[in-house]
Amino acid sequence: MFDAHIVRKDFPILNRLIDGNKNIYMDTAASAQKPFVLMQKLEKAYMEEYANVHRGSYWLSEVATENYEQARKIAAKFINASSPDSVIFTRSATEGINLVAATYGLENLHEGDEILLSRAEHHANLVTWQQTALKTGARVVYFDLGEDGSFIWENFEKALSKHTKIVAVTAMSNVLGTIFPVEKICTAAHKIGAKVLIDACQFAVHKKIDVQKFDCDFLAFSGHKVYGPTGIGVLYGKYDLLKEMPPYQYGGDMIENVSYEMTTFTLPPARFEAGTPAIVQAIGLGASLEYMMQFDFNEIEKYEEELIKYTTKQLLDIDGLKLFGTANEKGGVFSFAIEGIHPQDLAFILAKEGVAIRTGHFCAQPLVNALGYNSLARASLGIYTTKEDIDDFITALRKAKDFF
Amino acid sequence: MSIENLIDDFSFLDNWEDKYRYLIELGNQLPHFDDTQKIDQWKISGCQSQVWIIPHFSNSTLSFQGDSDAIIVRGIIAVVLEIFNDKSAQEILDIDVEEIFDKMGLREHITPNRRSGMLSMVDKIKFYAKESLEGKHEHSRVPSEENL
Repeated sequence: MFDAHIVRKDFPILNRLIDGNKNIYMDTAASAQKPFVLMQKLEKAYMEEYANVHRGSYWLSEVATENYEQARKIAAKFINASSPDSVIFTRSATEGINLVAATYGLENLHEGDEILLSRAEHHANLVTWQQTALKTGARVVYFDLGEDGSFIWENFEKALSKHTKIVAVTAMSNVLGTIFPVEKICTAAHKIGAKVLIDACQFAVHKKIDVQKFDCDFLAFSGHKVYGPTGIGVLYGKYDLLKEMPPYQYGGDMIENVSYEMTTFTLPPARFEAGTPAIVQAIGLGASLEYMMQFDFNEIEKYEEELIKYTTKQLLDIDGLKLFGTANEKGGVFSFAIEGIHPQDLAFILAKEGVAIRTGHFCAQPLVNALGYNSLARASLGIYTTKEDIDDFITALRKAKDFF
Repeated sequence: MSIENLIDDFSFLDNWEDKYRYLIELGNQLPHFDDTQKIDQWKISGCQSQVWIIPHFSNSTLSFQGDSDAIIVRGIIAVVLEIFNDKSAQEILDIDVEEIFDKMGLREHITPNRRSGMLSMVDKIKFYAKESLEGKHEHSRVPSEENL
């Protein structure tokens, strides 16, 4: 049975004190803490098995290459990709989305085409398409979510048109927590010939990704949110699409033949990994994904569902607190405002109590503005979050409230 | 109230809660801007809450007004204004604000994000002081827009 109390012990940083207080980390949606196995893997990679990959014909390089490619296989398994060749290591989810926009997007979008986004996309999946639209003459179209943040199928369906070429949506909103019906979205989009990119940054932390079941064309997530290192992300793409796409960046490791006059490019995934990649970060990500895969995702989901219910109730018990995003299908993020208190002031007091929450627009400024705010507070859950964490968070929140 | 009084008051308060309560009290006393003053021209970037600082130039000294939508930030603004108001441009440039916050025992209680917000305010104030020294505002009460 999944027990967050036991899981906690795998995360050394959770045991440190913050200003003499327990470390109540409620900002996993921004970046997750790291399990001990990751640090061990990083140490081993640097201390015993480090060299550049795909180059040297000597032992260290061979081991490093093997570890790097093993990480790709693990990532493929994590998202249930049919082949590791569909897995591209990027710097971040942001880079993954930019890669698709700059290659597939620029090649295939033309004047009159539409890019369909939800109104809940964060900047990585919004600004990128906005700018791609400017370059190509395509148009960005948005569909609305419900008042409570829920995904409304009719809204999506109505916004889909014969001009839609790309649907780029989150699988779970980083502000509202809403889970999107990814599989259904892909089916509907494919029916009209559009491609689908899934931003799985938040989803990957809480639910099982299955790219074959989703049937998505592209999917991106970042390493640091799934308990892995920073500076590494994963972009999945259907191989047939990847094969047709031009390179994103040029340099070493992505070439087949180079002369002074011209260059031919190698096949994916190497075609999209120009230069020396984030070798150790990728290997570390592999360790973190393996760590996650030892758990039964159904159990994590069940545990989280209860914790979400519990947290929601505790939050709504606080006078003047307004919670944004209460869809039935939601993951563990709670964006809220307390009447008359600026989120920054709240966070200020919470920080002194050892509680870490995020404030601001969470890189989803249009959505937060549409909710009528410049800034909100957000608490989010990880696999190590316990009921006691929630109690401590709520106690600190009540204390903070009494301050003002 | 002088800056010495403020330093005395803050260093007298020995826990963060009382220091914060005092900041909130100072924040409450700070006059609010009206909407015509809350414009982008006066907005300080680099803060997690909205912060506005308006400079006023007289012959020999500078003074500032400030506001924010967060109350603790308003308290910090009150302290910052107390430190810098009615000083000559050279005096403003010579002030080590971190040292003063240290003396107040506030430095350790202000999170890095908040500190960078505070330092953005101070940077802007010093920017105006520098401009004033360069003679850009000798005859104007507010700086010209192209200098912002």
